Amino acid sequence: MEQALDTTLTVNGQSVTRRIPARMNLVDFLREELGLTGSHVGCEHGVCGACTVRVNGEIVRGCLMLAVQADGCAVETIEGLSDSGELAKLQKAFHEKNALQCGFCTPGMLLAARDLLKRNPKPDREQIRAHISGNYCRCTGYQAIVDAIEEVVAHG
Amino acid sequence: MGAPLIGARIPRKEDYRFLTGAGQYTDDVTLPRQTYAAFVRSPHAHAKIKSVNTAKAKGAPGVLGVYTGEEIAAAKLGGLPCGWLITDVNGQPMKEPPYPVIAQGKVRHVGERVAVVVAETQEQARDAAELVQVDYEVLQAVADGRLARAKGAPQLHDIAPDNTCYVWALGDKAAVDAAFAKAAHVTKLDFVNNRLIPNAIEPRAANGSYSRADDSYTLYVSSQNPHVERLLMTAFVMGLPEHKVRVVAPDVGGGFGSKIYLYGEDVVVTWASKQLGRPVKWTADRSESYVSDAHGRDHHTIAELAMDKDGKFLAMRVKTTANVGAYLSTFASCIPTILYATLLAGQYTTPVIHAEVTAVFTNTAPVDAYRGAGRPEATYVVERLVETAAREMKMDPAEIRRKNFIRSFPYQTPVALLYDTGNYDATMDAAQKLADVAGYAARKKASEAKGKLRGLGYAAYIEACGIAPSAVAGSLGARAGLYEAGEVRVHPTGTVTVFTGSHSHGQGHETTFAQVVADRLGLPVENVDIVHGDTSKILFGMGTYGSRSIAVGGTAIVKALDKIIAKGKKIAAHLLEASESDIEYANGEFKVAGTDKKKMFGEVAFAAYVPHNYPHDKLEPGLNENAFYDPSNFTFPAGTYVCEVEVDPETGVVKIERWSAVDDFGKIINPMIVEGQVHGGLAQGIGQAMTEGAKYDSHGQLVTGSFMDYCIPRADDLPSFQVDTRETPCTHNPLGVKGCGEAGAIGAPAALINAITDALGVKDIPMPATPQTVWRALQQKKAA
Repeated sequence: MEQALDTTLTVNGQSVTRRIPARMNLVDFLREELGLTGSHVGCEHGVCGACTVRVNGEIVRGCLMLAVQADGCAVETIEGLSDSGELAKLQKAFHEKNALQCGFCTPGMLLAARDLLKRNPKPDREQIRAHISGNYCRCTGYQAIVDAIEEVVAHG
Repeated sequence: MGAPLIGARIPRKEDYRFLTGAGQYTDDVTLPRQTYAAFVRSPHAHAKIKSVNTAKAKGAPGVLGVYTGEEIAAAKLGGLPCGWLITDVNGQPMKEPPYPVIAQGKVRHVGERVAVVVAETQEQARDAAELVQVDYEVLQAVADGRLARAKGAPQLHDIAPDNTCYVWALGDKAAVDAAFAKAAHVTKLDFVNNRLIPNAIEPRAANGSYSRADDSYTLYVSSQNPHVERLLMTAFVMGLPEHKVRVVAPDVGGGFGSKIYLYGEDVVVTWASKQLGRPVKWTADRSESYVSDAHGRDHHTIAELAMDKDGKFLAMRVKTTANVGAYLSTFASCIPTILYATLLAGQYTTPVIHAEVTAVFTNTAPVDAYRGAGRPEATYVVERLVETAAREMKMDPAEIRRKNFIRSFPYQTPVALLYDTGNYDATMDAAQKLADVAGYAARKKASEAKGKLRGLGYAAYIEACGIAPSAVAGSLGARAGLYEAGEVRVHPTGTVTVFTGSHSHGQGHETTFAQVVADRLGLPVENVDIVHGDTSKILFGMGTYGSRSIAVGGTAIVKALDKIIAKGKKIAAHLLEASESDIEYANGEFKVAGTDKKKMFGEVAFAAYVPHNYPHDKLEPGLNENAFYDPSNFTFPAGTYVCEVEVDPETGVVKIERWSAVDDFGKIINPMIVEGQVHGGLAQGIGQAMTEGAKYDSHGQLVTGSFMDYCIPRADDLPSFQVDTRETPCTHNPLGVKGCGEAGAIGAPAALINAITDALGVKDIPMPATPQTVWRALQQKKAA
């Protein structure tokens, strides 16, 4: 029979305790168990970045981490980071520069962009491209995303 | 009112939900008592199914139902239909083999559906799917379209001898042969237009449910055209009354063509929901997407261009084998014919053209429309020929194009299309300027000094958007109409909801269409909402593909708006005690001409719904109008792309140094959204030319079945594009619009390969021109 483990983690600042099947990915747990559907599943093999979430301050692939591995961790998703206002400047710039089309990659892209700016507040275009190159976007050709991140770099 | 709305860079109304994770894609929809489906798929490209043993799976934990082709046949579910009948060179209909929703007796490509397991959880469904035992008798397979008609090739369908779906032709062969006989020079190319896998980042998903209360079904599905999906599913496959099925395509995470079609999974979850009395949900994983989404392109072409001694084009001769895969997907048959051969005139006055297209079945996933759909393949033929001809004739590639540009409109091409308008010199001139072609020689020298190779390539593309009119399409074999529907619902307080049969899955319709409506009505954009993607809300629709939404769907809305304004004038005339012919409408006000007597739009709307003082003898209350619009012609966006690359001869790595794109999309409603569409199209076109290529091995196994093996462009693979537009308004729709969704993907591959071959000094290089391919080409050149 399937093994499950009692797991306690913080999700967007709220403590959550659940008995979670060992095989369940973190992103599936967030989506299916907690209804946080803003993190998307695009490839399930860690390439596309649509499932990007933050665990203990580091961005991770929600499809490459088991939910039980997040025991004791602080997990943040697009929903929490929108509510807290941490992504507000990036969200405004993405909106103004048309840095999203179908929107499916957008939450992961915003988290990757925020991660970059935390590490390097003044990246150039090449550094921006390199940092978001782990997140696929099939719609925009990336240019408007780079423009939007650059806008935040320039004007804060 | 404030600044004009047409042409304004208005940030998108739909963004908020996507930026905050509040979008609702199909997999985000959770229904009460929902169950999960997992499909058993064929691991073989070609095999007889000797038996399917479902006993173990049926006994597995949580399993509610297991269905195979047998149950599907017993339920009398029909096969998936093809929406376009091509008539072959002998006047015979194309061969249409049955396309079962679950395989019947035989599988014909890796990934074909063999059985489905429905269980309480997704994990249980997937676990149980592995317990379904299928006994196959493996057969020889053929995956390469060029080998499908070879002697002794494995045969896929009894009704299609030599794996041939059709041999079809267009143009005057005798005239073309005569022109070739007189030509001073003939340029010939023989190439493959590589098979692509669309890879929308949201995988396909479907969630079907059945209501006993009124014997009705609801299907949430990641689709580009919910009404067509419903029509095909009810009328052709399930035999259900159309009004008992609701299809909802909520937020859709990209389509690029791959979500136009009715897929077997959609049918199965809908059907199974009634068997089980519970909703059934299925979401593809990426591996399933690779093997089961419709692919694109996959042509092998031999193309020739005949010229006089001055480089004037005399004739073109094209022979193409189109690999349509194992079965005919919804629009598979019209892509390599109607949407391909008709575009072979390009921007040029080539007087005679002949194209012969042979569509073949192979043991591969079905091939259908993918961004551009036929037109990228045509542009690649024309623009690779023209550039190669210029090199062979020692002419400037821009000059040979100018020598042959069409300059008088309307222009009847020798391949059936009637171009209404265009200005190809304008886009060429602007692109050359944007690209600083004048400074190219110096940049090339600088590259050479570093030991690098530099090349420049053009593509002057044309496309045909908004397939129409229905009557003409019908005469060419279309089994659907090609109009669009729109409804404008003015609420009593004067705000407006517009319902469109177009579907937005990234294109920004909720903003662009709102701009059109707000502009016509003189209202703030905030007062207008656009609704799409639900057959229970929208009267009808043909959906979004072929860059048709603004030209066809937008025009339908304009036609409905005209009716709203006409009715509003009648109401205002009554309220103002004036003659209807004296009422003018502008800036949200109905005015008596030459006076200051007026009624605001909101007042007229209110009067229509609270008709105390109302011309009841002449008018019904309410202010709600709909319109269907069937265009009189295609629209013809065109443009010139200039690509400049630098190649490292040591590694074969190609760096795109400059990309300049000048497009003529007619009138532009929102330039920011249009630029985004161009960027995205270019990215996919560059992907085709440099990184993407679906490969099947000789056994029909897809060896590029994941993001690790099939490389879609990443942010650091692409340059920043310089884009600009020129404008010749479309002459036959009221907005003057042409469409912009596919242009980038149509023009980019030829421009890039022209640039790479220029840098390398070789005649041709296959796509995708990966570093290894480029390096090999250089080694071969060295050896030769």
